[in-house]
Amino acid sequence: MAISEEQVRHVAMLARLRLTDEQVTTLQHELSGILTQVERISALDLEGVEPTSHAVAVTNVTRPDVIRPGLSREDALRNAPEQQDGAFLIPKFGG
Amino acid sequence: MTLDLSALTAPQVRDAIAAKQITAAEAASAAYARIDAVEAGVHAFNQLTPELADAAAARIDAMVAAGQELPPLAGVPVAFKDNMNLVGTRTTCSSKILANYESVYDCTAVRRMLDAGALPVGKCNMDEFAFGSSTENSAFGPTHNPWDLDRVPGGSSGGSAAAVSAGEVVVTLGSDTGGSIRQPGALTGTVAMKPTYGRVSRYGVVAFASSLDQIGPFSKTVEECALTLNAICGKDPMDATSVDRPAEDFTASLGEGVKGLRVGVVRDLLDLEGCDPAVRAQVLAAADTFASLGAEVGEVELPATQNGLPAYYIIGPAEASSNLARFDGIRYGHRAADAEDVMDLYMRSRAEGFGPESIRRIMLGTYALSAGYYDAYYGQAQKVRTLIIRDFERAFADYDVLLTPTSPTTAFTIGEKAADPVAMYLSDVYTIPVNLAGIPAVSIPCGLVDGLPVGLQLMGAHFAESTLLRAAAAFEVATAFDTTPPLAREASRQ
Repeated sequence: MAISEEQVRHVAMLARLRLTDEQVTTLQHELSGILTQVERISALDLEGVEPTSHAVAVTNVTRPDVIRPGLSREDALRNAPEQQDGAFLIPKFGG
Repeated sequence: MTLDLSALTAPQVRDAIAAKQITAAEAASAAYARIDAVEAGVHAFNQLTPELADAAAARIDAMVAAGQELPPLAGVPVAFKDNMNLVGTRTTCSSKILANYESVYDCTAVRRMLDAGALPVGKCNMDEFAFGSSTENSAFGPTHNPWDLDRVPGGSSGGSAAAVSAGEVVVTLGSDTGGSIRQPGALTGTVAMKPTYGRVSRYGVVAFASSLDQIGPFSKTVEECALTLNAICGKDPMDATSVDRPAEDFTASLGEGVKGLRVGVVRDLLDLEGCDPAVRAQVLAAADTFASLGAEVGEVELPATQNGLPAYYIIGPAEASSNLARFDGIRYGHRAADAEDVMDLYMRSRAEGFGPESIRRIMLGTYALSAGYYDAYYGQAQKVRTLIIRDFERAFADYDVLLTPTSPTTAFTIGEKAADPVAMYLSDVYTIPVNLAGIPAVSIPCGLVDGLPVGLQLMGAHFAESTLLRAAAAFEVATAFDTTPPLAREASRQ
């Protein structure tokens, strides 16, 4: 199945990836090739077959609702690219 | 004469330390000596951690001095795939986006290995974020197969496989989402197991596809594989999908043989176009070996698995695209310089940080999950998964163990498949159905073709690891293949 350049750009926006024009062209070609291999799945008649999300089912795993230690602020910030006053520093967002 | 670690198994190392024939410190030194000798050619490691290994060795040697009972992996040099967190190490996933990431907590399976007395020698190279079957997709350069340095070791846990094969360490851990333990195990002639989904906690391994990922061991022998499973299995409150079952000793039945065991050769998978006839012949010979040992050998078909590869290349990337959304340049990892706003920061940090295969999988998964395509791809793939599970259930009603090749070919040359993603994906055609069904499987060496190892895959029903290991151990004793690559043999002579 062929995927258009416009679709590649749309998916890249959804995936938050700023691609170069060259990457868009390459991915259009590669994704079309891969989708050709996987699209036979969509043609299968699987009416009435239950989907499986987990092969070894576990349900409602809970623990007592008691406070326990988590990551310290120091550890949480240890890999921060930029930080200030004990918080992650980010550029402005919104208009 | 310096200690040659590659001649010893994990229990032999432990016992030699307990008997005061060697010290744990000497075991650590021996690992680094072998690494010095071969690592320039192999490149199995992203990082070496001699301070951590020496500290762990000192603890074991203090226990010996105090006359204490040693834990099962005491003094055994080990290494971990570089997607497993260990405080005091970087966890890079062989990605530029995490190149400087410092672990802030321990992966449960890693912690359990260390609690069992193992010495952490280093972190092993891998395909970036475990996306690949050759370890060529590493931001830090490929790992080379110890059997032939011009060839790939398989992937994505290629560093973990090569480190054991080359005798650099005794046991390693890898992770397996579609074959990433078993396929490199096959290509390097090591014993490589993916346990049942939920056997081993996934806490602290960087997530690829959460419904498929599982941690497991590489070793030279089946006994070491069983001992390592003993150490790492079990319920973990930090992973809700880990399964609560009574502890098992996976070494207990290793010597019981296969008399009466029902072994099924998966005929339709064996006959797949693309399977090297020489590999196929080795698997058929292995089936004959099982018959000669008293197993009841028959044939079975798994027709739904013909859609395993396409289902996997929807489910895997879909889950990966969601899991990798966390790498956004805000809390950790690469951050693009001089971003105009947060959106610009996200988009450039990710595009700069991820390598080509990661971008490919994120794009594929995002597409499969996007509006209008979800039902046609992800929904259908989940139904295919159900059909594959039913196929296995039918097969395991008649058989205890199923046999296929682990990989359709022996190790291919570096660069051979790098430009063709679809050809690369085909190298996991035998391993992928196992992850989709959540069952356990182990790859064991079953011979050489043109001087390169062939892997035999043994698959079992959920939680049938003991049966698989018993069959693997019987085969190992009967065949006694020498799984030492020439490079390691040469290093042992020095």
